[in-house]
Amino acid sequence: MADAGMISEREDGVERLRLGFWRENPILVQALGMCPVLAVSNTGVNALTMSLATTFVLLSSAIVISTIRGIIPRQVRLACFVLVIATFVTLTDMAVEAFALELHQALGAFLPLIVVNCMILSRIEIMASRQPISVAALDAIGMGAGFMLGLVTLGSLRELLGRGTLFGAQVMPDRFEPWQVMQLPGGGFFTLAALVIGFTLLDRSLKRWREVPA
Amino acid sequence: MMPSSHLLSLRGAPHLHADSAVPRLMLHSVIALLPVSVFAVFLFGLAALATVAVAILACLLAERVCGPRSALGDGSAILTGLLLGLSLPPALPLWMVAFGAFVAVAVGKHLFGGLGGPAFHPVLVGRVFLQAAFPSAMAQAWVAPLAAGRATELPATSLALPFLTPDAPYDGISGATPLSALKAGEAGEPLLSLWLGTVSGSVGETSALLLLLGGLYLVYRRVIDWRIPAALLGSVALFSAVLHAIDPERFPAMMTALGSGALMLGAWFLATDPGISPTTRRGAWLYGLAIGLLVVVIRQFSGQAEGVMYALLLGSALTPHIDRWTRPKPLSEGVEE
Repeated sequence: MADAGMISEREDGVERLRLGFWRENPILVQALGMCPVLAVSNTGVNALTMSLATTFVLLSSAIVISTIRGIIPRQVRLACFVLVIATFVTLTDMAVEAFALELHQALGAFLPLIVVNCMILSRIEIMASRQPISVAALDAIGMGAGFMLGLVTLGSLRELLGRGTLFGAQVMPDRFEPWQVMQLPGGGFFTLAALVIGFTLLDRSLKRWREVPA
Repeated sequence: MMPSSHLLSLRGAPHLHADSAVPRLMLHSVIALLPVSVFAVFLFGLAALATVAVAILACLLAERVCGPRSALGDGSAILTGLLLGLSLPPALPLWMVAFGAFVAVAVGKHLFGGLGGPAFHPVLVGRVFLQAAFPSAMAQAWVAPLAAGRATELPATSLALPFLTPDAPYDGISGATPLSALKAGEAGEPLLSLWLGTVSGSVGETSALLLLLGGLYLVYRRVIDWRIPAALLGSVALFSAVLHAIDPERFPAMMTALGSGALMLGAWFLATDPGISPTTRRGAWLYGLAIGLLVVVIRQFSGQAEGVMYALLLGSALTPHIDRWTRPKPLSEGVEE
């Protein structure tokens, strides 16, 4: 792995794909973009929509920024990034509103707010504005998948315990007593904490398992 | 003193000690809670016994799973279970009791570093989790005091299968606790039964007198700092007396406020936990005063009938700040060179 902050020109795109999904997972490791993570993870469907929308915005902006990275003046680069990101966010917002009005209402202000998702801005600043298109795109896909992994797990858990359903289908027994708190913001916080604990433990035991010579 | 085989034993200071190790402190607290517990079993019968027993067993189990093995015998898990059991409604499904106890010890205590580590009382963490997760059960699982047949049968709701809503509805006595009756504008209980405890309420919160007795025992044994309950009860007395003087129709009298709800249990047994309360004397007064004010505000000006639990949690969040404000100045501080 390259030194932190110093990303070499020839870094393998496939490696970026893997890193984003697991070892640099934006939610479970970097704790970026916490606002939508906590706000719209109350059901699996909301979480899935949100992560798909975020991934789409991230991927499209990464490709565009990477293409024009040679002509962006350094002094106004953040404004340029936000302009590009905002374009794709507006597209996504309108598309969701046109095709899935109910979802659009459930997600509320959080779809437009993707534009200030710090995970996206950090990927653009670190990767897309310095790397060729292929690397930037693979990095965006990896990070998007990692975002989806964290968000959908969180959303499914909260829906399962808070409503007894999974993606809208009843899975718990009929008389299951829902844990109200899981649907409230508080539930988001401690489910996220539990997920991070679980992820860290899993990662540690995976590493130990890999280090043992076969 | 430690027995010694030598005539003259040589060892470093301290040579005299107060013998106040953790198990001893816990033992005194449990002794102080015994009268209330026995009274609770008399009042609510099997329901109270089962609630407390399940809470203690679940706490011990969680301690065994999460904690160091050496800590199992120090009695802190037993005390946590006892206090949690006493603070819950008697007809609460027993699986919820066990679940709350597990949250109290596993999350409230061991995730925050074990005994002495948590900034919030584990019992309150467990209870507030139950309140947030199962609000309808926590609001309805009351039992009428001295009900017939209480010694032989459990309420049907206690035996609900784990993670399921009970088949039978809760008994649903009207004006479940004296405080909720007051909140609903109904007539309160007579003062005498309020203080004796022959009213509905959480398992061990009803008898203000017996709790007072237990608290005084702890003060006598120097397990707790008397300033905290004194300040807390004093501040509740002061603020409710002022409110009652302003509008006797709307606000209950001072003695009613002092004798009802979980106030006594919280003031003597929860607020005084050394891990969550300030260390300085001035700090203890401030801390009690703040919690008392919060109790009165939540009881009188919010949708909740009882505010002791939230007041205690908010109060313990203040503790680090109070400790910083009231830090004693070293003698030399501020002296010109």
